[in-house]
Amino acid sequence: MFNKLRPVWLVARRELRDQLRDWRVLMPMLILTLCFPYLMNEFARQTADFLNSFDANLVLDRLVPFSILIIGFFPITISLVVALESFVGEKERGTIEPLLTAPFDDWQLYFGKLLVGVITPLLASYTSIGLYLLLASQQGLELPKASVMLQLMLLTTAHAFLMVSAAIVISVQSTSVKAANLLASFIVIPVALLMQGEAVLLFWGNESVLWLAILGVVIIALLLIRVGIAHFEREYLLGREIDTLNFKWMVKTFWASFSEGAANVAQWYGKAFASSFRRAMPAMLLMVLLAVAAAWFSYDWVVINIAGTLSAASAEDLVELEESIGGLPDLSSLGEQRMDAPFLFLNNTRVMAIIFLAGLASFSVLGVLIYIINVSLIGGVYGVLELLGVAPLPIFLAGVLPHGIFELPALLVGSAVVLYIGAALVTPQTGKSMSEVLIELMADWAKIFIGLVVPFLALAAVIEAYITPIFLAGVIAR
Amino acid sequence: MIETNDLSKQFNDFHAVDGVNLSVPAGQILALLGQNGAGKTTTVRMLTALLKPTRGSARVAGYDVARNGDDVRASVGVLTEHHGLYMRMSAWEYMDFFGQVYHLDPSLRKTRAENLLEYFGLAEAAKRRIGEYSKGMRQKLALARAMMHEPSVLLLDEPTSAMDPESARLVRDEIARLKSTQRTIMLCSHNLTEVELLADKIAIIYRGKILIQGSLNELKQNVLGSPEYSVRFASEWDASGLELPQGMELLEKTATSLKVRVDAPQVSNPQLLQRLASISVPVVAFQEEVRTLEQVYLKVMAAAKGKEYVQ
Repeated sequence: MFNKLRPVWLVARRELRDQLRDWRVLMPMLILTLCFPYLMNEFARQTADFLNSFDANLVLDRLVPFSILIIGFFPITISLVVALESFVGEKERGTIEPLLTAPFDDWQLYFGKLLVGVITPLLASYTSIGLYLLLASQQGLELPKASVMLQLMLLTTAHAFLMVSAAIVISVQSTSVKAANLLASFIVIPVALLMQGEAVLLFWGNESVLWLAILGVVIIALLLIRVGIAHFEREYLLGREIDTLNFKWMVKTFWASFSEGAANVAQWYGKAFASSFRRAMPAMLLMVLLAVAAAWFSYDWVVINIAGTLSAASAEDLVELEESIGGLPDLSSLGEQRMDAPFLFLNNTRVMAIIFLAGLASFSVLGVLIYIINVSLIGGVYGVLELLGVAPLPIFLAGVLPHGIFELPALLVGSAVVLYIGAALVTPQTGKSMSEVLIELMADWAKIFIGLVVPFLALAAVIEAYITPIFLAGVIAR
Repeated sequence: MIETNDLSKQFNDFHAVDGVNLSVPAGQILALLGQNGAGKTTTVRMLTALLKPTRGSARVAGYDVARNGDDVRASVGVLTEHHGLYMRMSAWEYMDFFGQVYHLDPSLRKTRAENLLEYFGLAEAAKRRIGEYSKGMRQKLALARAMMHEPSVLLLDEPTSAMDPESARLVRDEIARLKSTQRTIMLCSHNLTEVELLADKIAIIYRGKILIQGSLNELKQNVLGSPEYSVRFASEWDASGLELPQGMELLEKTATSLKVRVDAPQVSNPQLLQRLASISVPVVAFQEEVRTLEQVYLKVMAAAKGKEYVQ
């Protein structure tokens, strides 16, 4: 094992040495590491004085953890610079070829670069945080408890790995440092949004949710590393692909994959659609299992927790609950009040599009999460109905089943394709460039979406608008 | 050894290398000649397992380039088109780094680095940053790096470019020494004089295809025809009555000289000299006309481009 890791350290150590001799990397890192804690400390002192004058202790409690999150993040931004030019920079300087001719495995080169991308910025980041904690304690500010401190350190580390792994993916696929820098916005923007979300969680003060956020960031970082390794090939670094967008080629590749030479709709369903459907089958089976598990867990959670909450509720709370339930629309008039089918169709299509986009941005993680939430609602509502003393089965058979026959498979298959795309992206695809793989996966999604999801959602919307309310009203009337 | 069979590489619609068949046994030097973009670098990159062939196969030092990439890379020393030197490192650190890359133990790294730097005249500058080196020094260092692990196969792209004549001679001598130690060497060069001096076999590549290959004499024979000889007389002499031996063709005749093409010089030349001596013709010089690799190369390229070769 040690022998396998030796080349990783060799690549990393050489580059670390190189970094430490480059004032363009060292100077900003030193400034950010040493000066920023002082500035942040001064900001915290001023803010503390201001908040104390209003007795805003809650905000004050969160100020130090928030400052640590920010202080830890700034030196990490350097990692982006280092990692972005890791492969493409060497390619531009012509030093990549002797390194590529070394008897190293691809993963050894990849991890060497990953390591060097995170080591220096993380050391700077930890130093900066340490310095700030020292200053904050001298100020008499309350330091975060150990578990929060651990969360912050983990978040900082995960940010570094997330940014570096994404930057390396870009670096491998780019042909110039300039192109890699331009593509860096695809890292900076999501990470900036992520930081805002984490800051909100910090101020909200919900530790358990923050653990989930950390887990999410770690999973995305691991998936990005996997993508990087899956698509790292020496050949890409020496290939002839250029950075300009070749729309003609993109359209041609997409169309070839989408139509697969079919001459009419029947042929298309039999050949092109069927091949994509077959590829997504394992993901569909997994989604069925996930649906069963999610529905069962949400039902179980509702029955256990809500029942307890209801029995422990005061008479006042129960009155309030009754009043709020009384505010719901009159279910008995459902037969006459028909919902708009186009609205239902557009709403459900929008959900599918969100699942796709969220999945695409997170290697399917967020897409699958939205799917799980949707399916969990079914189990949850089933449990609530049971608690309210209503027989849930007839309600479900009348209120969900008629349109659910089409809507649920559409949701399942549409989400399964997103899972399939995520899995395919993190799987090595030899002989194909990453852009080629991505376009073919888009074609797979389009085939399933147009060939199955859209027609099923349209049918479901019509049934939900015109047939389900009649069944439901009949059941409720009885 | 290097052995390729129908080796091909296609980038989208572009055939960079197309059906290349080469065979270089141990202890031989093959020179690959061709214009820029002819496919030399792509061939070398396939032979170092950096690019995967789209068709055909290649074996280097006994390993298949498509299946045993790491073994191929461990057995090959490459001097790339760009030197690939780390400018903030010293030559000493650079050699030590590549010694570690090839798993050499510390004492061996030290000895090899010392010897190579000494041989190439870089010992005194070994602790200086490579960024301060001249072009020639960088070239020598890159070559030293390629030899650091004493590979059985060497792939050298323009090994003496940017070098002063003294250094170029040094490098040529080293290549010749390496050949004598049974190493297989492939040389990509535009320096045809150097190729003539070093290569056992020459291949000319154009638009990814090998146009011709063989030893220098074979190429001359095949491309320029049989060797030509000139005979110079001490005084004017009418050669119209001279009967040339079989296999000898008269190309040019002046009052004081003759120029002939000879199919089998070892047979025909002594016969000609005998005849001239028997009729007491005062011959002052009998020499083979100089025919260079450059002539061969230009003629082959002209034919490939459909142009007429002008000598």
